Amino acid sequence: MSANETVIDHLLQFEFFQKISTAIGSQIGVSHIWVWYMVALILVAAVITGILAAVGGFGTYAERKISADIQGRFGPNRVGPYGLFQVIADGLKMIGKEDISPNESDKFLFYLAPFLCIFGVVATFAVLPFSAGLTLSKTNVGIYYVVAISSLVGLGIFIAGYASNSKWSLLGGMRGASQIISYEIPVTLSIMSILLLSGGLSFEDILANQTAWPAGWYIFHNPFTFIGFFVYFVSVLAETNRAPFDLPEAESELVSGYHTEYTGMRYGLFALAEYMEVFVVCGLAATLFLGGYHVPFDIGKGTIFGDILQIGTFFAKTLGLYYVVIWVRWTFPRLRVDHLMSICWKYLTPIALFNLLGVSVWILFFDGKSILDLFLSAISSGPVGH
Amino acid sequence: MNAAVSSSVTSPSLHVLTPLIVFMVIAVLLFGGALLVAYLISPKAPSRQKSMIYECGEIPVGTAWSMFNVRFYVIGLVFIVFDVETALLIPVASVYRTLVAEGQGLYVFIILISFMAVIIEGLAYLWKKGDLDWVKSYKK
Repeated sequence: MSANETVIDHLLQFEFFQKISTAIGSQIGVSHIWVWYMVALILVAAVITGILAAVGGFGTYAERKISADIQGRFGPNRVGPYGLFQVIADGLKMIGKEDISPNESDKFLFYLAPFLCIFGVVATFAVLPFSAGLTLSKTNVGIYYVVAISSLVGLGIFIAGYASNSKWSLLGGMRGASQIISYEIPVTLSIMSILLLSGGLSFEDILANQTAWPAGWYIFHNPFTFIGFFVYFVSVLAETNRAPFDLPEAESELVSGYHTEYTGMRYGLFALAEYMEVFVVCGLAATLFLGGYHVPFDIGKGTIFGDILQIGTFFAKTLGLYYVVIWVRWTFPRLRVDHLMSICWKYLTPIALFNLLGVSVWILFFDGKSILDLFLSAISSGPVGH
Repeated sequence: MNAAVSSSVTSPSLHVLTPLIVFMVIAVLLFGGALLVAYLISPKAPSRQKSMIYECGEIPVGTAWSMFNVRFYVIGLVFIVFDVETALLIPVASVYRTLVAEGQGLYVFIILISFMAVIIEGLAYLWKKGDLDWVKSYKK
C-alpha cells in the first residue's frame, strides 16, 4: 500500500493540518475527510502552480543569461547577486504598467486570449508525473488530456491576433494558428509510437516499462523511437513558438506578432504561458522518451525522501532539455514561412508516419523487446559455446 | 489516520477529476489575481493616441479584419483530416501491444496499415497537387 501513497496522503498525516481542516469542515458542515482531501489538494496544486510559474519566470532569466554566455556578454547582473532578482524586478514592472487596449479591438476576445493561453498550460500540470506520489490526477487518459488541453494555447494565440484588429497581430495570429495545428500532427504521431510500446494512455503505463538506466528508456528502445524523439523535439519547438520557429512573433518582420497590442500584465501572461509551456513539453519529452522520474535502484520508493529524489530526477531531465531549447534559439536563424510549412508536411509528418509503422512492425516481429534485450539474448544463446 | 486516505476515501472518478478542475480554477484565480493587482496599482491615463492601433507610428489605414490568404484554410482542412486520423488511431495504438501478446498481432497490424494507407495516399495526393507548398504553382 505504501507504494501508492501520494503527497496528499503524506500531508494528511500532520496533526496540525488535520486540525485546521476539521475546523473548516465543521464551519461549513461537510464530512471532514472530504475537506481534508480538498484543502490538501488545493494547497498542493497552488504550490505546484506557483513553483512552475517561478520556473517560467526564471526561464526569461535563464534565456538572457545563456544568450549572453553564447554571445560573450554579461547578461543581467545589476539586480541582486548575478542578476537573480531580475525576474522579480521585471514582474513588478509589468504589474505597474498601464493596461492599454485598442479602441477598435474586439474587447471580449482581447481580454479572453491571455487566459486561454495560461489556462491551456496550467491545466496540464494536473497530470504531469513529477514523481510517483506527486502525480495529482492519475487519469487513465493522461497523455490524451495533455494533447487535447494544450491545443487551447493555439486558440489563445489566434484569438489574440484576431481580436487586436492590428495587421501585425493578425498576421502573427494566422501564422501561429497554422503553425501550431500543422506541427501538432508530427507531435501526436511521435507520441503515438510511444503509446504502441506502452500499451496505455496514462503516464503510469508509459513509465511502467521504462527503467532508471538509459538502456531502459524508450528513446533507446529501437531505432524508430530514437528518430521519433528528434521528430517530437523539433515539432514541439515549433508548437511552442520557439526559435527557429518563432514566426508568429518574428520581431524583424511583425513588430511583435500576435501580442503587439498587449501591454503590462496581459503581455506578461503570454510570456509566462510560453515559458511554462516549454517546461511542460520538455517534461513530456523526459517522461515519454527519457525514463521520466525513475531513480536508479528505486531508492526510497514510497517515502517522502524517495519522492524528493524522483522530483529531482524529473526536474533535472526537464531542465536539461529546457537548456537545449534555449541553446537552439541562440544558435539557429529563423526559418521562412514557406520553409516552415514544407518542413512540417514534407519531412516531419512522413518521417513520423514511417516511425509509427516501424514501431508497430518492431513490436510484431520482436515481441516488444528493446534492442538491448535482443542483443543480450543473442549473446547468451548465440555461438558462445563453441 | 492511516495511509492512502485520498485513494481509499474518495470515489475513483472524483479522485481523477477533482485535480483537473482544481488546476483549471487555480489557473484562472491565480493569474486573474495578478491582473487584478495590476489593475489596482497601475496608472490610468488613457489618451486617443495610446488606444490607437499600432502601425509603426502612422495613423492606421483601414481595418485588419479583411480577407486573408486561402492557404491557411487548406492547411486547416488537412489538419482536421490528420487530427481525426490520430484520434481514431490512438485507441488502436493503446491496445496494440496487448493484442500482439494475445497472438492477434498480424490481424491488428493489417487493420492499422490499411487505415494508415488511406491517410498516406491522401497526403501523397495533396503533395502531388502542390497543396503542401505555401505558394502554389499553377505551372504544368
